[in-house]
This record gives sequence, C-alpha cells and structure tokens, in this order.
Amino acid sequence: MSLITITEVRKSFGQNEVLKGINLDVAAGEVIAIIGKSGSGKSTLLRCINGLETINHGSITVAGAQLAPDEVHLRALRLKVGMIFQGFNLFPHLTAGRNVMLSPMVVKKVSQKEAEAEARVRLEQVGLAHKFDAYPDELSGGQQQRVAIARALAMKPLALLCDEITSALDPELVNEVLAVVKKLAEEGMTLLMVTHEMRFAREVCDRVVFMHQGRVHEIGPPEEVFANPQTAELRQFLGQS
Amino acid sequence: MTQFTTWDIVSNLLLAARWTVLLSILAFIGGGVVGLVVLYCRIARKVWLQRAANLYIELFQGTPLLMQLFLIFFGLPLMGLDVSPWAAAFVSLTLWTSAFLAEIWRGCVESIPKGQWEASSSLAMSFFEQLRYVVLPQALRIAVPPTVGFSVQVVKGTALTSIIGFVELSKASTIITNATFEPFTVYGFAALIYFVLCWPLSKSSQLLERKLNVAHHHH
Repeated sequence: MSLITITEVRKSFGQNEVLKGINLDVAAGEVIAIIGKSGSGKSTLLRCINGLETINHGSITVAGAQLAPDEVHLRALRLKVGMIFQGFNLFPHLTAGRNVMLSPMVVKKVSQKEAEAEARVRLEQVGLAHKFDAYPDELSGGQQQRVAIARALAMKPLALLCDEITSALDPELVNEVLAVVKKLAEEGMTLLMVTHEMRFAREVCDRVVFMHQGRVHEIGPPEEVFANPQTAELRQFLGQS
Repeated sequence: MTQFTTWDIVSNLLLAARWTVLLSILAFIGGGVVGLVVLYCRIARKVWLQRAANLYIELFQGTPLLMQLFLIFFGLPLMGLDVSPWAAAFVSLTLWTSAFLAEIWRGCVESIPKGQWEASSSLAMSFFEQLRYVVLPQALRIAVPPTVGFSVQVVKGTALTSIIGFVELSKASTIITNATFEPFTVYGFAALIYFVLCWPLSKSSQLLERKLNVAHHHH
C-alpha cells in the first residue's frame, strides 16, 4: 500500500503543459530523488503534491487525503505532507523556536508549553537546540534551512517534500543540511526530493525519478539509473551534470 | 463695538481645535477598523469580495471628500435617518479613511514575499491564520510610516466638515472672523494650530521610516 499515489497528473500554465500525465507511487519510508533539467516539471510536480499548485487532470492522494482545491481538503492533505523550500522561507519576525512552535499552536491548537518542548526536541534533532532564541537573520543559510526542516517536522508529517533545498546554499553549507536529511531517511521518513546533488541521490535514495519534458522518463534504483541509463536523454543529462 | 484681544481669538480657536482632534482620532480609529475589513476582502481568495472591495476603494478615492460629506449629510435624512453634523462628519471621514488605509495596507501586504505564503500554506495554516500570524505582523512594520503619514490627511480632511455645520477649528475660525472682522489674524492662528497638529505627525512618519529601514532587526 503506497503512501503517496500520483495518478495521470496533468498540469498546464496557460498553453504550456508542464506535467503530461505523471504516475508515481511512493511507499511509506521510501526516499525518492527527482532529477532532470530545469523546466522538466520536477518542482511543479512536488508543489502539486501539497497543493501549492492546482492540477488540471488526474489525482493525488497522500495517506487517504485527496488533493482538492478547497481549504478543508488542502488542510487535511498538508497535515500529512510537509515541504522544505529552496529559499528556506523562515518567518523573519519570529525566533527559530517560535518558527517551529507557530503552526502546531495555531493549526493543531497545541498548548504553548507543549509546542515549546516539541520545538526544542526538533531543533535538537537538526543540531540547533542552542539557536532557539536566534532570529533567522542571525543564522547562516544552512542553519536557516535546518530550522525550516525542524519546523516542518514539528507538524509530524508522514512525508516531506524537499524542493532543491541545498541549491541556495554556499557549497560549504550544503553538507550540514544533507546530513540532516540523511538522518531523517535512516529514521524512516518518507522523502521526495528534487535535487541536483547526484552523489547524495546515489547514496541515500531508494529510487531515482528522471523527469524529461513533463513526463517520468526513467525510474529505478539509483545503481541502475546512474550506472545504466536506458535513454539518450538521461545519458545526456548525466553527462552534463 | 466689543474689542477682542488676541487671547480671546486664540483661546476660542483652541477650544474648537479640541473637536478637530477628537474627530481626527475617532475617524482614524474607525477608518482603521473598517480599513482592515476592506483589506481582508481586497486580498481574499474570493473574486467577488475582491471586486466589491475594489469598487469601494475606487468610489471613495475617486470622489471628493466634500461630496461624500454632502451625500451622507443630506442623503441619509432622505432615507428617514436623521443625522447630526457630528455623526455625518464621523461617518464620512471614517469611510473615506478606510478606503485609503485599505489601499496603503494592501501594498504592504503584497510586498511580503510569496515564499512566506507558501511556507505557511505548507504548514497547513488557513488564509486567516496566515494573515494573522505570518503576513500582517511583517506588513505592519512596513505599514507604520505611510499610515502615520496618512493621518495628516485625516486631520486636514476634518476642515471640510465645517461646511455641514460641524464646529471644529475651521468653522470656529469663520464664526470668530464674523465677530472680529480680523480674518487674517484668525485664519493665521487657525493655520498655525493645524500645522502644530500635523507637523509632528509627518515628522514622526519620516523618522519611523528611517528607523524601520535602518534597524532591520525585529526585536
């Protein structure tokens, strides 16, 4: 039984069809890397899964929660699946701790005391317990991204979507974020990540999805996909990267 | 003929200025509250609400405040509602202020990066929760200087209510002039009082703007 079921998903921006019938099933605990050229639709696919984009056709369900454009359905879906962004998107007016506490308190009506305890645990988990009272602009990019991960985890999602989460980081900060993601993967978190970190995808992921022109072009375990690409497009992509 | 001292003039102007201040404050508070509602409609995810809010803003921005005053003061009695000059002044200034504040604040809300909406969406917050906890607290910082700056317009706007017979600073000036026949002195002092009310507001708007720009810290 898969946790995330994506069936025949199509998505257009105006005349431009970005997703041309995507089918993908993700099992609980699976770690999936989505790779491909920019414009291949990989970020759009990720954004569709938690309803940041509407879809024109097909269906997406996460643990029984169906993607639908109304607020009730979106809320149910987003309680199951969290998202980390390229630009961190921490709330700049709140401390790291408050960033993590906000949504549990507001959405799940958790008491302040409980939320604070949970936030401390989550910040500890990403190695930033000592930054509880720091504001985002006092943190490095890598630290901000780790707070963003803690913030998503505090909602206890069943799956996390990671949209190029290391692309905006200085090279020396990439590893501290990837280390956190790797630990999550080992603990059994279901992860769908759009990434350019091929080495990471090879080491950590169970399956690699290669997207090309709005379709899943190749899919398989990393050893197969990287060592033995079946299509000219994937060979070319891997040669480039 | 009775002689009026300068102090007679000034003291009576100051007494009338109380009403200018009171009307300004009430209109500003009322306009702020109504403005928040209009702002909410203006940025809500419902097209008909947006259109309604847009129409409201364009209506009040696109007609002179004087006409709004007349329409409320003379129009409501036609519908059987008897309004005092005081009530008419308060209602029309409130509506007028709300339209401008809603539009000022909309700009501030829209200057908050899209990523803030997306991050809060992905944390399962509703539109109202996003506004309340993520967007408005940030927009507020940006909104303070132009909002304080606009309060100057409200103070000056109260002068128009003299036309429907509300005795505030301008109306009092006219009354006193009719008794003293010293228009220049009277209106000169009136202008001075307006300036004393408005200048600190525009100055503090400037200072706040500089302060909020420099201190990019949120503590």
